[in-house]
Amino acid sequence: METINYQNFRIEAENICVDYNGKVALYDANLRLKPGQICGLVGMNGAGKTTFFNALTGFVNISKGKIRINGESVRSAQKDQTIAYVPQNEGIDSQFPISVWDVVMMGRYGSMNIFRCPRESDVQAVKDAIERVDLTDHLSTPIGNLSGGQRKRTFLARAIAQRASILLLDEPFSGVDIRTEKLISELFIQFKNEGKTILLSTHDMIHVREFCDLVLLINKTVVAYGETSEVFTPENITTTFGGISPDSLFGPES
Amino acid sequence: MELCSFLTLDSFIKDPLTHDFMRKALLMSSLVAAVCGFLSSYLTLKGWALMGDAVSHSVMPGVVVAYALGLPFSLGAFIFGVGSVALIGFIKQKSRVKEDTVIGLVFTGFFALGIVLVSKIKSNIDLHSILFGSPLGISLSDVKQTILISLLVVILLSIFRKDLMLYCFDPRHAKTVGINVFFLHYLLLTCLSLAAVVGLQSVGIILVVAMLITPGATAYLLTDKFDNMTVISVLSAIISSLIGIYVSFWFDLETGGSIVLAQTFIFLFAFLFAPRYGIFKLKKLFAGYK
Repeated sequence: METINYQNFRIEAENICVDYNGKVALYDANLRLKPGQICGLVGMNGAGKTTFFNALTGFVNISKGKIRINGESVRSAQKDQTIAYVPQNEGIDSQFPISVWDVVMMGRYGSMNIFRCPRESDVQAVKDAIERVDLTDHLSTPIGNLSGGQRKRTFLARAIAQRASILLLDEPFSGVDIRTEKLISELFIQFKNEGKTILLSTHDMIHVREFCDLVLLINKTVVAYGETSEVFTPENITTTFGGISPDSLFGPES
Repeated sequence: MELCSFLTLDSFIKDPLTHDFMRKALLMSSLVAAVCGFLSSYLTLKGWALMGDAVSHSVMPGVVVAYALGLPFSLGAFIFGVGSVALIGFIKQKSRVKEDTVIGLVFTGFFALGIVLVSKIKSNIDLHSILFGSPLGISLSDVKQTILISLLVVILLSIFRKDLMLYCFDPRHAKTVGINVFFLHYLLLTCLSLAAVVGLQSVGIILVVAMLITPGATAYLLTDKFDNMTVISVLSAIISSLIGIYVSFWFDLETGGSIVLAQTFIFLFAFLFAPRYGIFKLKKLFAGYK
């Protein structure tokens, strides 16, 4: 087992900017996360949440700033399988002819040879991951035949099989059943104890209070960042959502 | 006399095989169909039908120029095929015109350039065989080239089979785990250009896109497993080629058109009767609810 230094930063993003053909999607954004921390990423649609994820995974290039993953470049984080991305259900083609087993096996591709032939250890990792998300009965089920919650668990299993130390989750709780929600929250606690770092985007304010040690409020840039208990205030949320009060967005909260 | 021998299935199949050009056409078309069918699974899943159409039309001037200069036509086709995609990307990025519009105007522009070039370069280029294919009149040097290109595409697709599947399914994950998505994008594009080149000999430039999308679409209706999809796609492409060539031989029909029609009929059959996704499966379901 690798030893985890809980004082070193897993993710360091400094003043990062991303633009798409001159259109600014994110600017001067900062984030620092340590092992075992769970951080909520909150903002409106188009506020740059997905862009932030894309920058961290290297799916888009940043035009300014610096990203360090475990003190190294994004490129070497990719090579080391450090980051796993769990897409939101709408982000994938659910009609793609592929089974649960095949999707989870994709988590191992990065560490396989060029033909992507699974070794025994890969098979074992996939088996274990599928068992942890309770989908052992659906190994060969095509993903098109799964419920939204089961599909979400499939992609979580892929992240587990990848053995990544950083998990990025795009709306992990949207469109899932209660059973999946319970399972995901249990997994979060396990991940935290294993020293994984989690960044999750969500629309649900209750989930932020429940799971997230830290919260990052963004609207093209960072509106507020810090401990959830300090930063996740009605004023900050109102600013994040462009002047709309949280009450009218999510109903009155106590 | 032909009608008499037509009456038995045995002679329906065997008689054409006595002709050298028919044996060659059947073999080459099957090979080409297999290559296009293999690629077809990826293109239909990636949603690249329009891209396939664009690339296959855009290779036209490349083929003409290569013929005129005495170069292998695959080289010219490849350059213009990839060039058209690069140009589409460039115009899309630098203007406010929507992507499908850009694709449409770029490939028709290339295609028109090809036609103009044919009329200007007075050589022995047979416009008809480029546009509509000529599997019955394929030359020896074309045979060699087709076999080489086909092998190359099949080898590339086989090596990167799983990576390409991942690229079509979830490019973001591919990138996240350090797989070179840029390379895969251009690999698929390269295979598309090369497949278009070999495919145009069978069915011609105008219809080659059918070879690149119909078998994949048919297979997509018949299975939920990617590997099975590839196999079904290849088989349906080969079978359509054989049917098309036989039918065109006996009834004296345009060969390229016959091959594509055979593919279309197989698709329609799958569309109607596919066990899970066919229309009549649906009807049964509704009947069950009554």
